[in-house]
Amino acid sequence: MAQLTMIQAITNALDNELGLDEKVLVFGEDVGHNGGVFRATDGLQAKYGKDRVFDTPLAESGIAGLANGLSTQGFRPVAEIQFFGFVFEAFDQIASQTARMRYRSGGRYNCPVVFRAPFGGGVRTPELHADSLEGLFVQTPGIKVVIPSNPYDAKGLLISAIRDNDPVLFLEHMKLYRSIRQEVPEDAYTIPLGQANVVREGKDITIVTYGAMVHTALKAAEQWAKEKQLEAEVIDLRTISPIDLDTIVASVKKTHRAIVLQEAQRSAGAGAEIVAQITENAIFHLEAPVLRVSPPDTVYPFGLIEDEWLPTPEFVIRGLDKVMSL
Amino acid sequence: MSTTVKERSVPYVQVLDENGKVVDSNRLPKLSDEELREIMRRMVFTRVWDQRAVRLTRQGRLGFYAPVAGQEGSMIGSEFATKKEDFIIPGYRDVPQCVWHGWPLHQAFLYSRGHQLGGRIPEDVNVMMPQIIIGAQIVQTPGIAMAFKLKGEKRVAITYTGDGGTSQGDFYEGMNFAGAFQLPAVFIVQNNQFAISVPVSLQTAAETLAQKAVAAGIPGIQVDGMDVLAMYSVTKEAVDRARNGDGPTMIEAVTFRYGPHTMSGDDPTRYRSKETESEWEKRDPLIRFRTYLESKGLWTQEDEERVMEEAKDAINDALKKADAVEKMTIPGLLESMFETPTAPLKRQIAEFSGQEGN
Ligand SMILES: Cc1ncc(C[n+]2csc(CCOP(=O)(O)OP(=O)(O)O)c2C)c(N)n1
Repeated sequence: MAQLTMIQAITNALDNELGLDEKVLVFGEDVGHNGGVFRATDGLQAKYGKDRVFDTPLAESGIAGLANGLSTQGFRPVAEIQFFGFVFEAFDQIASQTARMRYRSGGRYNCPVVFRAPFGGGVRTPELHADSLEGLFVQTPGIKVVIPSNPYDAKGLLISAIRDNDPVLFLEHMKLYRSIRQEVPEDAYTIPLGQANVVREGKDITIVTYGAMVHTALKAAEQWAKEKQLEAEVIDLRTISPIDLDTIVASVKKTHRAIVLQEAQRSAGAGAEIVAQITENAIFHLEAPVLRVSPPDTVYPFGLIEDEWLPTPEFVIRGLDKVMSL
Repeated sequence: MSTTVKERSVPYVQVLDENGKVVDSNRLPKLSDEELREIMRRMVFTRVWDQRAVRLTRQGRLGFYAPVAGQEGSMIGSEFATKKEDFIIPGYRDVPQCVWHGWPLHQAFLYSRGHQLGGRIPEDVNVMMPQIIIGAQIVQTPGIAMAFKLKGEKRVAITYTGDGGTSQGDFYEGMNFAGAFQLPAVFIVQNNQFAISVPVSLQTAAETLAQKAVAAGIPGIQVDGMDVLAMYSVTKEAVDRARNGDGPTMIEAVTFRYGPHTMSGDDPTRYRSKETESEWEKRDPLIRFRTYLESKGLWTQEDEERVMEEAKDAINDALKKADAVEKMTIPGLLESMFETPTAPLKRQIAEFSGQEGN
């Protein structure tokens, strides 16, 4: 089995699906000849032709509209938004068109579209490249939101997303693109959407997180175990809409304490939703309030202060200690 | 230094003048007597339906309604130039084109009332639900057109918007995508002079809306939208071009809406004068075409009355059918969000079971 980075696993997933289903199309800005600014679509145009893997004009609403139109006619578009901060240009098409098509037409039309986009902090991008905007879509009915934390999951989740008959937003953290290698099978496989993964077992507290923060959480948990002899359970949500409540609740019933760790700024996002769900469904199992561990409510920061803004393992440990002290 | 771009002029097409006289016989479409009578039937039917819909809205028997009187020429003429397999991507006012393309009238009424079944367009009817977000339909049109091209189907995607819609960025994005990929698409702008209250002169500094096609590298043509034959002729040409693989076209139909913007409280006297209204009414698409048909012995008073009766009956039947449709339920709505409800939605379906709407 090949050791692949996340970007290679994504290319591999696209390659599998383009090969298996002729209705799958891949397009966006620079994704054709150039293979994408991160090379996620490298070699795919040469292999599958310009009808199936192609460059579009530079307009996100146009790209999303193209995907929507194609998807109502039986295609499975995988459209790339070059950086997720540009999603505002396509917000109407995604939130008020893609996500509503099935509902609006009483099931006559559906949009089996995947919108892929890189995002995530720590790589010194200009403004509106790194922002964690997933919360906006967690609040949007009719679209699923997936954020993988490693190459193996990225491939299995992307294939599930492409095969899903409803729209999926698939967000790829830039810092994870090349920082981890994992064994990834060459053939297609799926990981069901909506299923979280317990990536570290522990009995003292639950850390619910997703994306790059899974790795921050794991580091924090290891260090905390060494320092305090306490064991944190870490849940990698993988899909943040819909949220896998069962896995979260089962863990909280065991640990009786929880924090929610997210890279997004604090208010009203995925983390807030998870806290609300835990409160509604497991409050009598809790021994302390559930804490959101996240950056503060500013705009995603300027490059020179990113590292201070983003949650570190030490910052997470302060959160763990705080909840343990309550 | 300078670059000479291709010089373009925007043609203005008229076949019948305001008195129903042929002014451009080269443009006179090759339509049989039966087809000409069918176009008249559809215009009369649509006028009766529009008047009835306005009253039904006032009585609370319909919900959201955007009147169409004055625009029958551009609506019926353009739809008549399409084939059943062609796909219409409409704006909220473009309900007549959808109905003449096969959307059952009772479903149009359900849509107006705010019932989900209105949008469940029959499988064999090639129509999208009327779009509320101005411009959103225009960027979806290249997607539908590209699907036809990729499948090798000789079908065309036709979308509609208004003069206000041409100010949206999506208007340019849609035309530009269709041009860049040379897709079988037709963009129709019904320039009815006002976007709610805002006149075209405040919408743009461009002399015509049709010239906006030039920047996208596609043909733009202006047509007398109250001349149903001109509208048919220009759309037919555009649709044929698209079908033959010769790319997209944009059509500006110059027209007027007689009624208010919608039936939700708009008062046209606040932004246009009686004189303006009567100027436009002189160009009425029905009067003009009727005069033409009468001169050819193809339309009589009896025909007119028969169609009016037919329309009344059809509307009554459609209302009955709409009334008979079962009520929506909250669980039903939840079930329609995804192919299979997600776990959180399943919990909400249980929570909201037993709650009915109208
Ligand atoms: C994106 C968006 N902005 C604003 C509105 C509100 N609105 C509805 S109709 C309308 C005017 C549209 O005028 P025009 O495009 O000329 O079409 P017409 O109604 O005259 O057919 C406005 C502003 C809307 N529906 N969508």
